[in-house]
Order: sequence, then structure tokens, then C-alpha cells
Amino acid sequence: MEREVALGERHRQMGARMVPFAGYQMPLQYTSIREEHTAVRQRAGLFDVTHMGEVSVRGRRAEEYLQHLVTNDIAKLAPGQALYTVMCRPDGGIVDDLLVYRDADDFMCVINAARHDADLEWMGAQLPPSEVVLEDVSAGTCLLALQGPAALRILEPLAKDGPVGEIPYYHHRPGNVLGAQVRISRTGYTGEDGFELYCDPADVERLWEGLLEHGRAEGVLPAGLGARDTLRLEAGFRLYGQDIDLDHDPISAGLGWVVKLDKGEFEGSAALRRIKADPQLSFVGVRLGPREIPRPHQSIVVAGEPVGEVTSGSYGFTVAAGIAMGYVRAGAAPRGAEVEVALRAQPAQMGSGTVVPLPFYRRQA
Amino acid sequence: MSDLSGYRFTKTHEWVRTGDGSEAVVGISDHAQAQLGDVIFLELPAVGAHLEAGARFGAIESVKAASDLYSPISGEVLEVNQAATTAPELVNQDPQGEGWLLRVRLEGEVPGGLMDSAAYDSFAASDEH
Repeated sequence: MEREVALGERHRQMGARMVPFAGYQMPLQYTSIREEHTAVRQRAGLFDVTHMGEVSVRGRRAEEYLQHLVTNDIAKLAPGQALYTVMCRPDGGIVDDLLVYRDADDFMCVINAARHDADLEWMGAQLPPSEVVLEDVSAGTCLLALQGPAALRILEPLAKDGPVGEIPYYHHRPGNVLGAQVRISRTGYTGEDGFELYCDPADVERLWEGLLEHGRAEGVLPAGLGARDTLRLEAGFRLYGQDIDLDHDPISAGLGWVVKLDKGEFEGSAALRRIKADPQLSFVGVRLGPREIPRPHQSIVVAGEPVGEVTSGSYGFTVAAGIAMGYVRAGAAPRGAEVEVALRAQPAQMGSGTVVPLPFYRRQA
Repeated sequence: MSDLSGYRFTKTHEWVRTGDGSEAVVGISDHAQAQLGDVIFLELPAVGAHLEAGARFGAIESVKAASDLYSPISGEVLEVNQAATTAPELVNQDPQGEGWLLRVRLEGEVPGGLMDSAAYDSFAASDEH
């Protein structure tokens, strides 16, 4: 039986189609994925992503511990900043991808719900004997994501402690929104400007209702996991369990930019150094026609020869094309290469695509 | 709910509606569109094509999956719903009305094995998971 989020009943009242996701009952869509996707690109969408896990990391050696746990450089993370990173096994396999927030001396890691238990076990096993405290604060933390070009206009008048427009991308600060004490973070998983609000479960309904009500004039819509998936795919964001997993390392996954091999030794650094010197796989984006919709596990074919497999594929409502990401043999499908994707076996159908740089969609600055 | 007395449904979730004459209209059920999610495009036969009852006549691709379409009846395609092919969301919005797929000249009878709307509803309910 899946767990219920604080807003579960509210989502049902609003007509959401609920689906099991990572151990929770979560809203897939309220009206349609197309409508919600388009609202986020053109106006704003509000997502309940309370299923995400939050782990507080504190203590005198917290920075040193995290620096060894994750691949990105925690030493460069200033208070008030957020950092995207992965954590790896010694062989380079990705345990999870996560956001790390730094407050003065404390940190908060935001992890995938589907990896919650595995992450806590792994993070616990890496702990030094003293001077670092890990605390799973997931149950006491709700998360709403307000995303889209109108997100700032909606949030600004509702936030007290100073203009939220002055929070730079990938920064955060505590704040008061609609009377609730929250962490306001200028981050998201959609490719649009937007904010993520971490709050107490007691405040989440007030925030949800208030943001929808005050955002009505801006055309905000509640948005579900369906739109979140098509938005993140257009934006080229990896999804754990599909694009990245224990069998793949961040170098092969095209996430080399979060792997700081010059910061000193860390979990997986030796393996990642070897992989970087001699990569076997590359991670590519493929753009197909508007009627060619790729799906996970379909073959990517070059000149009749299978060279890889789609890990995420769908229709991109904004780019109006079938789009896919996936692994190919290193060098087999460079940027600009013409590839085929095996859309279906019976009757056999191949889609023609081009290898393009990620992301598929980039918002106008 | 609209009057579905003239509708017969297949186990593969298509419907056929017949009137007085030899013409029939074919579409997919509301249950099918809900399961598929947002329809992205329709692959439908051309006017003049021949449909065979029980045989594949096209495909419907949604954000979630591609599904084959099977004809409830035999006949010749008289019209393809251009409104639905240009705006496939119509199939989500009104699958058993404005979101019809094909108008067909019926050959022979509507097969007896098809379900009426009550029988289809309980069939579809048992199909939920």
C-alpha cells in the first residue's frame, strides 16, 4: 500500500488521477498532460512533489563527510547556495542524484523518493564515527514547486522577508510565504524559472490553496507527474531509475560537469578517473519527427547496426517532436549523426532522428 | 452521460455506432482514452480503404504508449475525422462524440459478439488495475 501525501485528498477533490509512484499515491494529471505542460512553459504550474526525500546533515565534519560522499565540490558551496550532484559507489555506479543545500554550517540533501531507503543506508555506511549527524526529515517536510515564467510574479507579493526575485538561480533562503515559514529555493525540474518551497506539513494546504488562488490571474494550473516528466525530458534532466542507476556512472551519463576529479579522493573517484580516460558509452539526445515517439528500451540504430538504447523517450509538447535520451557506444553517434530508433517490432517501424545537444528546450533568457 | 444505446463496444476498446442506414461511425471508448492519456497522433486508413472486423486498421499514439486499433466491423472508409487528426486532444475530450475516428459504409451486419454500453462498462471496470 502506498503512502498518502498531506494533500492527497485535496488532489482527488481537484479531479487528479492518482498513481502509485515511488511508494506514494501521487497526482499524474488533473486535466491533461498537454495542458499542464503548456501552462508551465507559458504561464505557471504548481506541483506537489512531497514524495522527494530530505536528509539533514549536521556536525563539525559535515562538509568533509559530504565532500567524500558526493562527486561535486561541496567546498565551493556557499551558505545560501544549492548544488546538483550525484553520489557513487566505488565502481562509479550512481547511488542517486541529489540537491545539496547549504545553510551556515548545516546541509540538507534532497533525494529521490524511490531511492530513499537505499540512500539512507548508503549515507549511513559512509558516516565517520562521530561529529556528523544524519537525520531523515522527509516525513516532516512537504515540497511544492511553482514553475514557469509567471512563477516570480505570483510568488513575489506573497513573500514577506524581502524580494524573492533577488534570489539567484540555484540559491535559497528561509522566508515567510502566506504566513508559513518555508525554505524558498530558486530551482526546479522543468527548464523554466521557478521556485521550490520546502514547508511543514501543517502549512502545505494553505500554501497550495494560496498559490493557486493568487496565481489564478496569471493562469497557474495544478500540474502532475505526467507533465513533470515531459517538461524535464525537454529540459534534458536525467531521471533516476530510467536514465541513471547503479549500472551507469555519471561520466557515461553526460554528467561529467558534476564530477570534480581535482577536489581530492571521494567515493568512486578512482573508477570515475579510469572511465573518463577511456569512456565506453556516451549519453545522447535524439530528436525525431512529430509522429515518431520513442520509448524507453527501444534500440538506437546507426547504419543498420544497434549502437544503444533509449532510456527516456516521449513526445515533447513544446518542441513538437518525439525526443529521446539514451546511451550509445562511445563515438557511435556523434552530434548531428542520423540515427534510427526502433519504434515498434510488429509491424516493424523505425523512426528517423538526429543526435542533438541537450537540452531539447532552453528557455529564452 | 449521452445516450449510448446505439453503440457497440469491442474488447479492444473501440466502439461502433450505427444509424438507420448502412453507415457506421467508429471510435475509441472513454475508458480507452483515459487509460492512454494525452493522444499525440492518430494513424488512420485513407478514404476508400477496406476494414475487416477484428483486424488492425491503424494506431493511436499517446504520451504513454502506442496502441493498435482494431475494427469492430467490416466496411469501406467514407470519411476520416479531420478534426481529430489535426487536434488529437479531441479524442481525449469527447471520444464517444466529436472525437470519432472513421465513418464507414457497413458491409454485412454488426458482429453479434460486441458489447452494449452496460456490458462494456463492467468489462472495462474489470480491466482497471
